[in-house]
Amino acid sequence: MWGSQSWLQPAFQLAYLMTMYNFMPSGDDYIRFLPEIIMSVMGTFFMVLEGILGDKKEGKGLIFGHLTLATLLAALLACMYANGFPGNAFTGMLIIDGYGTFFRVLVIGVGMLAVLSSYQYLKREHAEAGEYHALILFSIVGQCVMVTANELIMVFIGLEVSSIATYVLAGYLRDDKRNNEAALKYFLLGSFATAFLLYGIAWIYGASGSTRLDTIQAFLANRDVAHNMALIGTAAALMFVGFAFKVSAAPFQIWAPDVYQGAPAPVTAFMSAGPKAAAFAVFVRVFMTAFGPIVDRWEPFVWSSALLTMVIGNFAALMQSNIKRLLAYSSIAHAGYVMVAIAAHNQIGVSAVMFYLAAYALMNIGAFAVVAHFSRQGEKYVNVEDLAGLGWKQPVTAALFAIFLLSFIGVPLTGGFFGKFYIFKAALDANLIWLSVLGLLNSAVAAYYYLRILVVMYMQEPGESMASLQPLSTGISVTLWASALGTLILGIYPAAILTFARSSSAFLK
Amino acid sequence: MNLWLIPIFPFLGFLINGLFGRRFPKQVVNVVAVGSVLLSFLWVLKTITGLGAMETAHVERYFTWIQSGTFNVGVDFAVDRLTAIMLLVVTGVGLLIHTYAIGYMEHEGGYYRFFAYLNLFMFFMLTLVLASNFLLLFVGWEGVGLCSYLLVGFYFTEKFATDAGNKAFIVNRIGDFGFTLAMFLIVRHFGTLDFGTVFEQAKNPANSAVPFFAICMLLLLGATGKSAQIPLYVWLPDAMAGPTPVSALIHAATMVTAGVYMIARSSVLFTHSPAAMDWVAAIGMATAFFAATIGMAQTDMKKVFAYSTVSQLGYMFVGVGVGAFSAGVFHLMTHAFFKALLFLGAGSVIHALSGEQDLRQMGGLRKKIPITCITLFCGGVAIAGLPFTSGAASKDLILETAYARSPILYWIGLLTAFMTAFYVFRALFLAFFGKYRGDKHPHEAPFVMWAPLAVLALLSLVGGLLSVPRWLEPMFPEKELNVGQLITILPFIAGFLGIALAYLFYVAKPSLAETAKNSMGWLYNLIYNKYYVDEAYDLAVVNPLIQGSRSVLWRGMDAGLIDGIVNGVGRRSRGIGNILKLLQSGSIRNYAAWVVFGSVILLIAIGLSGGPR
Repeated sequence: MWGSQSWLQPAFQLAYLMTMYNFMPSGDDYIRFLPEIIMSVMGTFFMVLEGILGDKKEGKGLIFGHLTLATLLAALLACMYANGFPGNAFTGMLIIDGYGTFFRVLVIGVGMLAVLSSYQYLKREHAEAGEYHALILFSIVGQCVMVTANELIMVFIGLEVSSIATYVLAGYLRDDKRNNEAALKYFLLGSFATAFLLYGIAWIYGASGSTRLDTIQAFLANRDVAHNMALIGTAAALMFVGFAFKVSAAPFQIWAPDVYQGAPAPVTAFMSAGPKAAAFAVFVRVFMTAFGPIVDRWEPFVWSSALLTMVIGNFAALMQSNIKRLLAYSSIAHAGYVMVAIAAHNQIGVSAVMFYLAAYALMNIGAFAVVAHFSRQGEKYVNVEDLAGLGWKQPVTAALFAIFLLSFIGVPLTGGFFGKFYIFKAALDANLIWLSVLGLLNSAVAAYYYLRILVVMYMQEPGESMASLQPLSTGISVTLWASALGTLILGIYPAAILTFARSSSAFLK
Repeated sequence: MNLWLIPIFPFLGFLINGLFGRRFPKQVVNVVAVGSVLLSFLWVLKTITGLGAMETAHVERYFTWIQSGTFNVGVDFAVDRLTAIMLLVVTGVGLLIHTYAIGYMEHEGGYYRFFAYLNLFMFFMLTLVLASNFLLLFVGWEGVGLCSYLLVGFYFTEKFATDAGNKAFIVNRIGDFGFTLAMFLIVRHFGTLDFGTVFEQAKNPANSAVPFFAICMLLLLGATGKSAQIPLYVWLPDAMAGPTPVSALIHAATMVTAGVYMIARSSVLFTHSPAAMDWVAAIGMATAFFAATIGMAQTDMKKVFAYSTVSQLGYMFVGVGVGAFSAGVFHLMTHAFFKALLFLGAGSVIHALSGEQDLRQMGGLRKKIPITCITLFCGGVAIAGLPFTSGAASKDLILETAYARSPILYWIGLLTAFMTAFYVFRALFLAFFGKYRGDKHPHEAPFVMWAPLAVLALLSLVGGLLSVPRWLEPMFPEKELNVGQLITILPFIAGFLGIALAYLFYVAKPSLAETAKNSMGWLYNLIYNKYYVDEAYDLAVVNPLIQGSRSVLWRGMDAGLIDGIVNGVGRRSRGIGNILKLLQSGSIRNYAAWVVFGSVILLIAIGLSGGPR
């Protein structure tokens, strides 16, 4: 009967199989995936809209900016709503749990702040175009997939979607040499590292016969089977390389300073917070669930990487004069602290990772937003010395920046303090005494380079760089205030987030 | 009792002056700044009288700050007898210094900013002493450090002041590192940071496995940072670059004594570890002696008093280290009186001479600024420990207890007392006797400045009558001391001898001082240059760190800067074919090599540890 339409045969077969094995996504699955759907649709729509609007210059940035914010807000609400439908989606490809929701909200929030701090920047660089916002949306979709992935192929797809969009964003200003260099370095090294990840996935599939995290976990936990540890260890090591690269943990941090320095400031703000948080989230999920049973194998490596990352980040930052590069090294150092919490591999460690990443995202976005505001057209003023006298010229900007810097240092009443507090508490609970001691010493060293910025801002006479400084634009203003407020709230009332983090860090069970 | 009102008044003062002070006339700024401290002082009085005997701590719990599993930290304030003394000292002396600052800062720029910072400092300091758990104490601890940083660097146009502020901040980070670790250990072994619970559990003999020695040594490291003891004392003398009222309030009377307060507060923990107590005493004694020798050769009036502060803090450490907690706290209080007086007096001299601090440019000032002169000499006799002054009462108690612990401590302490009397009176004689050597026109300070001096002079003389040890008896039971009459009298004699020697050298026969200086040239130089400790720290710690970062991390790993020229990428990479050029260019290949290198190490390591277990 269908013979004449044999070209349809595979499709029908597929449909048959899907109904047969219940592969058909249910309505709940779409709700769980709703944020990604919203953002993907809108992102695609932006590409079309960009074509329709064409070269119309007036107000394009505003239209796209506002639309993106609205989209992200809708996605945010969808996340909250989806949290009411916990469980697997698409036959176990994704999992919606508190942990996933926490990070979805975080990366979407980061996206909103990044968009807010881009308005003026794009206008000033004459680069207001829809693809910028579309790329941001696609990158966030990738991140959302990453943090809810329950299966290694989804991890890979999410990571690639997010990364490719970010590669392009890093080189967004096509005519800027630094942008080009950053994008190419990021792309080449990033693809290189992703290959490691993919290779690791292949090895673990070969060993366990599955790419599902829970299946791998069950496989590894089964002590009756004699595991080929060389095979499994290699798989874990290869995946570790891939993730460590994405979170810029040593010895795979080498790309970060160049890329962060070369990319446009709002993009740096975005990618040093969002993709990094997402990569950490998936790192933790994979290693705490799938590789959970062989924790004693990977813990020493995370341990050494954490130490190395903190040392390289902090000590290299001491020497930097370019503020973007300084913040890049500082973000490496902070990745090291998060690695300490992962090395602790306990539940409080996981909630410490969550808390710290939230605090870190806020202060980092804030700091880079100040740079975006301050650097002016062509990012002319990006040296620490150029900030001289900011405290007098624009007291509000300087004060907000000071809050972020104090939070980086880890002064009490800021989110950074409690983040570090929980991380080192987790590490001590896990008996990582030397790592905690060395980590705390590191954070004492770190005070030095942040302090230098404070000194320059408040204790040096304004120089030539202050002459052409514009007042804060609304977008950046909102970003700064929101991040500063968030940083302080996390510092003064950490329970707000900590309770949620603790209750949702139990995915490992 | 609404304890929260005590710190909140200065905080409001900070907010009002900080936000609107720029637009206020000076009088309004004054009223807000001084008024807020006055209100808090009055509230302290009301609280203490209201609480009466205070046999046990009065705790007020406001809200749960952090709840994480079984681990709970609240925003709780508590008042007991120890806190009561600290509150009185901080708000009382603070009030006097705020008043004084009105006169002192009158001609300075950033007037409102100065008072806003000063009020903020009061807020954090009061939080520190009122805190009822280690974490809240740490908030105050860091907060006062931050304010100290802001205030030391207040004259930010002078590079030296900025450097001094930085040094203070960074050295204190090392101390904080110790404090933080100690907190973690406490959480680990007691499961809480609340003072009451921790100390109660520490008394329980079942908790003998707790590493008290480690906890106490780490707390001690924290205390050495904040209270400027060996090895972390280097920041305090430099911190004198700040305005003089700041030196008096923060670097003499209150903040620097936080370490002593913290050790006294944790006395229960310290008594479990006699070895750690010995360390406290040894560090205190070494610092007291060491700083006193440096003080003998300084020519800057404020520096002399700065080293004497370090030295006196050393005495307090000896006190708490030998178990005489109440004597340590007693000395903390009397020291707050006479050292605040000495600093404010020095400020008055500096004010009179329009900023001159060098003793060699002073002389004969006793006729020109008589009130300052008289009050300063009151402070001098108190610090020298002449009989019946406040300094004598507290210092002797420390020395006597030290004698009971170990006579060596006593003898070094005695020698230090002699040196103290000598160098303080050396400074006073150089400033007020002889002929005027400068070229300014000295004028007496206004009433708002000399009135606090007078009050402090009175307290320095009779403050010893306030029997702090008896008041603290329920918290720190006093031991029966059986020391000979001679031991009690010797410190007085040492004080008199020191003053006499200073008189001989600097008033009666000034040529003698020169001869002595020349005959011991190398020793004098060594002391004058503060034993080259700063240089040694630079050589041993700072330079290797910076050089290491520069040559290893920067040159070795970070040379690939983004400038678009290194690789010529920017211009050529438009065409896809040119990407190959990028691959061939140096840096990116190196980077990829790094990734491979790291992966190989990792794989080998995992491979070696592989195999079934």
